[in-house]
Amino acid sequence: MRKFLNGPWVLLMPTLIILTCVVLLPLLLSLWTSFTPFKLTKPDTLYRFVGFRNYERLIGDLDFWIAFGRTVLFLAIALNLELVFGLGIALLINKITYGQRTLRTLMMFPMMFSPILVGFQWKYIFNDNIGLMNNFLREFGVIQPIPWLVDGILANVSIMAAEIWSSTSVFAILLLAGLLGIPKDPIEAAKVDGCNSWQVFKNITLPFLMPFVFIAMTIRSLDVARAYDIVQMMTGGGPAKRTELLWTLISRTGYVDAKMGMANAMSYISIFLSIAFTFFFFYKLVEARQRLSYE
Amino acid sequence: MNKKQINNILIWFSAIILIILIMTPGLWVVLTAFRPQVDVMAKPAVWIPRNLNLIQFETMLFGGSEGSMGRSPIPVLSYLRNSLIISFTSTFIAVLVGTIGGYGFARHNFKHKNKYFLLIMLTRTIPGISLSLPIFIIFSKIGLIDTHIGIILVFVALNIPFTIWLTDGFFRQIPRAMSEVAMTDGCTKIQAFWHIELPLSRSGIASAGIFAFLISWNEYALVSNLARSTDSKTLTVGLMDFTAQFTINWPGMCALAVFIIIPALILTFMVQKHLVTGLTFGGVKG
Repeated sequence: MRKFLNGPWVLLMPTLIILTCVVLLPLLLSLWTSFTPFKLTKPDTLYRFVGFRNYERLIGDLDFWIAFGRTVLFLAIALNLELVFGLGIALLINKITYGQRTLRTLMMFPMMFSPILVGFQWKYIFNDNIGLMNNFLREFGVIQPIPWLVDGILANVSIMAAEIWSSTSVFAILLLAGLLGIPKDPIEAAKVDGCNSWQVFKNITLPFLMPFVFIAMTIRSLDVARAYDIVQMMTGGGPAKRTELLWTLISRTGYVDAKMGMANAMSYISIFLSIAFTFFFFYKLVEARQRLSYE
Repeated sequence: MNKKQINNILIWFSAIILIILIMTPGLWVVLTAFRPQVDVMAKPAVWIPRNLNLIQFETMLFGGSEGSMGRSPIPVLSYLRNSLIISFTSTFIAVLVGTIGGYGFARHNFKHKNKYFLLIMLTRTIPGISLSLPIFIIFSKIGLIDTHIGIILVFVALNIPFTIWLTDGFFRQIPRAMSEVAMTDGCTKIQAFWHIELPLSRSGIASAGIFAFLISWNEYALVSNLARSTDSKTLTVGLMDFTAQFTINWPGMCALAVFIIIPALILTFMVQKHLVTGLTFGGVKG
């Protein structure tokens, strides 16, 4: 007992109890539900086991796979662009000596916006009737309003713009922190030895930045699902499912169609997707960290 | 002009474009909240703001002045009250539990420590909408749907992982020797924690708290499904509800958006410095 009180477990106990009750047990229920035809309108169906029927149906469900593919593609494009823009911004701010702190603070502006708010402001900007975008274009002679949130491709681009606006600063801020911590000596030495700035960047700056890239990626992958809020606000997955992501599909299936069993089967797939993303970047982070400490 | 000057001009030019891209969307929303409806709907657009007023805010808070459409259709005060109660309570509990947990991780070595840490972080990975489904089923069975307690409970679980991540980083920056010296001088472990480690990591804990508050304040996916009425709907859910309507009162919605952004704005600027150090420290030094 004394040993227990002095050990770490007594300190971790409250955390573990809360996470078990609010996350782990619901996830088990969710797993069970995905093996039943549970509908909110028919409570008895919660106790009817049907095996993998929901999952089998999902495999043949084209709507689901389109939403799944769109989600993966969306994340791949958004995360890569955020990384590239974030790196560019970090390098830019790093070059500026006068007013650097102010710039850094301004950079944090999008980070405090709730995803719902991000969705709202971009819905307003891309509004085809009174939005900033179309008003602006009209000044240049584009009289016909562009249906930003109605056209399939444009709607996806608009949502992507909102997503990138809201999350690029996470990368910029963390990468800037990395840049500021780079020791100056190796860079000076390389320049004396005749390296040009691209070589310095590629061989010294970038390897040193890698752990920060993966920290940013890990942190970002924890909350990729906030794109749900943005999409829900801007288009609700519509029009005609053209911007449907996995998460909006889950929400529609579970709460609108009341097909809880099916929605839980989908949500298990979405959980594995998120965990896979996080695991991948965390693993990369550990790897990059080790490589750095060897050198 | 030499090469260096041209370089400098280019850098400043890009910086200015960057600032414009970052600031415009938010500022446009704030500006709209103060503009008359006629100007917002005008075509061609009115670019120079004129006749700025507080009508939207008056309508929202005091139920409309004379001559306007009467009582505000948006129960902003209920939303605001719910947001404040839920965010403050869940932050307090999450910081309490998370700090203790973070201390446990920072000061103890045990088997599979990194795996437990990762496991706790992974609970944060689960998409809100996926987690909301089973919680919705459980809460409707035990009567916690549409209550403050239910939502607070979920938010506490949501905020604990990040609080642990941040406080663990801050506790590890404090040399172990300090509390060890205090303990050889006769302090108990709890006294050493209370008098030495806690005060030293005060700013770190405060920023973890503000961070947790912001996450609760901004959350939507979970609340929107666990809250059913003005008894527990928060500001974000309110904004969504009224923006989904067929005819949107844009200046009114923008005023509501301003209500959401102001507390977040103030709090983020307070913690910005600690946040970056906290996150990167925990990550790089492993």
